[in-house]
Amino acid sequence: MRHNRSWLVLGLLVAVALVFAACAAPASAPADTGGETAAAESESAAPAESGVQIPEVEEGKFNVAFVYVGPIGDGGWTYAHNQGREYLEEQMGDQVATAYLESVPEGADAERVIRNLARKGFDAVFTTSFGYMDPTETVAEEFPDVDFVHVSGFKKNDTNFANLFGAMEDMKYLTGMIAGARAAEDGSNRVGYVAPFPIPEVIRHANAASLGMRQTCPECQLDIRWIFTWFYPDLERQAAESMFDAGASVVITGADTPGPVQVAGERDLWGVGYDSSNACDVDPEHCLTVPYWNWGPEYVHLVEQMMAGEFTGADIYFEVDSGALGLLGFMDGQEPQPGVPESVIPQVQEILGKMEAGEFTRFDIFTGPIKNNKGEEIVPEGVTLTQSDLEGLSGIPGREDCTICMSWLADGIVPDAEIPQ
Amino acid sequence: MSVQSPPQPPPQTSTRTRLRLERRMEQPRWLNILAPFILIIAALLVGALLLSLTGSDPWLIYRRMASVAYGSKYGWSDTTIKATPLILASLGVSIAFRMRLWNIGAEGQLYMGAFLATGVALNVVPPESPMWLMLLTMGVAGFIGGAIWGFIPGLLKAKLNVNEIITTLMLNYVAILWNNYFIYGPWSERGFGLTPQFPRNAWMPRFTDYATAVPALRGVTAHFGIFLAFFLAIVLWVVWRWTKWGFEVSIIGDNPQAARYAGINLSRKIMVVMALSGGLAGLAGMVEVSGVVHRLQERFSPGYGFTAIIVAWLAKLNPLAIIVVSYLFAGLLVGADEIQPAGIAQLLQGVILFVVVGGDMMLRYRLRVTH
Repeated sequence: MRHNRSWLVLGLLVAVALVFAACAAPASAPADTGGETAAAESESAAPAESGVQIPEVEEGKFNVAFVYVGPIGDGGWTYAHNQGREYLEEQMGDQVATAYLESVPEGADAERVIRNLARKGFDAVFTTSFGYMDPTETVAEEFPDVDFVHVSGFKKNDTNFANLFGAMEDMKYLTGMIAGARAAEDGSNRVGYVAPFPIPEVIRHANAASLGMRQTCPECQLDIRWIFTWFYPDLERQAAESMFDAGASVVITGADTPGPVQVAGERDLWGVGYDSSNACDVDPEHCLTVPYWNWGPEYVHLVEQMMAGEFTGADIYFEVDSGALGLLGFMDGQEPQPGVPESVIPQVQEILGKMEAGEFTRFDIFTGPIKNNKGEEIVPEGVTLTQSDLEGLSGIPGREDCTICMSWLADGIVPDAEIPQ
Repeated sequence: MSVQSPPQPPPQTSTRTRLRLERRMEQPRWLNILAPFILIIAALLVGALLLSLTGSDPWLIYRRMASVAYGSKYGWSDTTIKATPLILASLGVSIAFRMRLWNIGAEGQLYMGAFLATGVALNVVPPESPMWLMLLTMGVAGFIGGAIWGFIPGLLKAKLNVNEIITTLMLNYVAILWNNYFIYGPWSERGFGLTPQFPRNAWMPRFTDYATAVPALRGVTAHFGIFLAFFLAIVLWVVWRWTKWGFEVSIIGDNPQAARYAGINLSRKIMVVMALSGGLAGLAGMVEVSGVVHRLQERFSPGYGFTAIIVAWLAKLNPLAIIVVSYLFAGLLVGADEIQPAGIAQLLQGVILFVVVGGDMMLRYRLRVTH
């Protein structure tokens, strides 16, 4: 009798375990930059254009595979990369065939997936999340004839493994200018920033936004909330709500969903999205702009190098003049969103013009004097941060160590804000 | 529907129609042997229906999945990598299940094993010490980490009769958050959610490391953790079959009252069994960080501890069957991850799991309509 009931209990437990296994399996670790945990459950309903696909090489073409951390329908980081892949196919026509694998968990699974792509005969593999860095490095060593590009990391080798990232801080700076002007006009003098993780990249972006904000609104303060995730719609919304409650009239998000923009709409205030050019679509009336990635031109550039046999391991960090960075409302053929104050538009256009001409870069943003949010001088007059400083690199073979490492919060961020830990 | 397991005569006064789930009193032997095959074929058929609804060719996809998972030495290597932690964690939960202790905390125990093994590898054993010493220490630490996490609910169960289902489930979350604190805090590499890579001698040897001597092993990245998994499965098989201890555990599971009359110290057994159960899951975590990930990082386990529960159930707690079932599940995981869009693969996995587990339930029980 007890025996029977026990098996029934176990049966129910197994059913519960099924749910957990199903939920746990596709979840992936957060990526350095906008890697989102796979919202895979909802993805199963995604339209499969031509049924189920299995990545295969096409004979006679240059085959490029992409490994994505999230689903291509995430409307953010992975979406933007997939747009880039489609752009690459369009531009290169018959010479190039592409394939992708979405929602690949970081860590051990990633290495297997990347190795299998190389083994299948792909000529190049792009891996687009921070957590793929070590796996990509390992496989690149095993397959010297395949070219590897890892997005958002800092490792490379001398021959077939490069890392790729861009100066999003430039666009965050301009975003800060817009948000500051808006907050000044609203009389709130307060802007919020949803910060995913206390890592150099996020700190750099928030600092750039704050420095930009101070250009257009010297009295403004930048509130900040650390949410420890790239992709968690509820937490992103809560962070935005809490900063609106604290008096901000604009919230900039550094995470992946347009949730904060939606919250802004509900409050009849202002939001700024991130990652992909469609992030304002949820509420264009209340969305000031989106700093976004436009990977296509970089992909084309790199694949052309690979086909010409000129590709080599390198640290590739593109600037605005590459065309791979965008600011919604200010690029060719775009109109500023309705909420952007008139007064700030020419200022933004002027600096953006300099950026596109290569006359204004991330190093101009991070040139002293810069104080931290406690009023202490961090970057002295006339000193410019180095690339290692910006990336907070230390102890990385082949890279110089940072001296003013990106572990401080810039002037303009609320004085009691701290970097966690 | 009321669910009652013992087949009793319905109350004479009742005139309602009731559906009852009854355990089949005896299962024919042929059914026991054939059952897994019937279930898998049924699951594949349901999956095929689903795949054809998405407009693709199920036969082609199944062939591809099979060839990815089992079609080459690389496939076997990948499948072995997945099977290793599954076997260890399944053996772990099966120990507790034998005694009808519902330890569903293998995931947390796995994390704590990985945590302690990582702590030892990074902070305790000098990096220049010999590999055997390093791995041995990490293994012991991994076992202890998981064992502590199993012991706590065991202690609560034994002394205070706290329901172990709740405590083991909740401790999963504690373990994962505990790990997150360390990988983002004290042990973090540059603030990212991972620790620095282990020193080389903390890496479990892989077959491919011997490629210079045996060229055929090049690219076979499975690690020696699989030997540990096989060894422990055999040990456990011997324990259940031949030892007094194993017999006592089974007796307690079947009839705790009788066991108590027989003079078995029940509360001590509960604590020991839960600690052993957790310890094996902890070893699964240790081999995964040492053999595959080479560091501790956020969510390094794709739910091995939960899948282990299903594996143990389907294997009917038989240690040798656990190996077979783990390989089947590992193959399913490996074979599915090239199917795009990824949602389809997960849907397919879900359907197969559901049909196999649900079908198994129907083979063990039957529905009876009573009046």
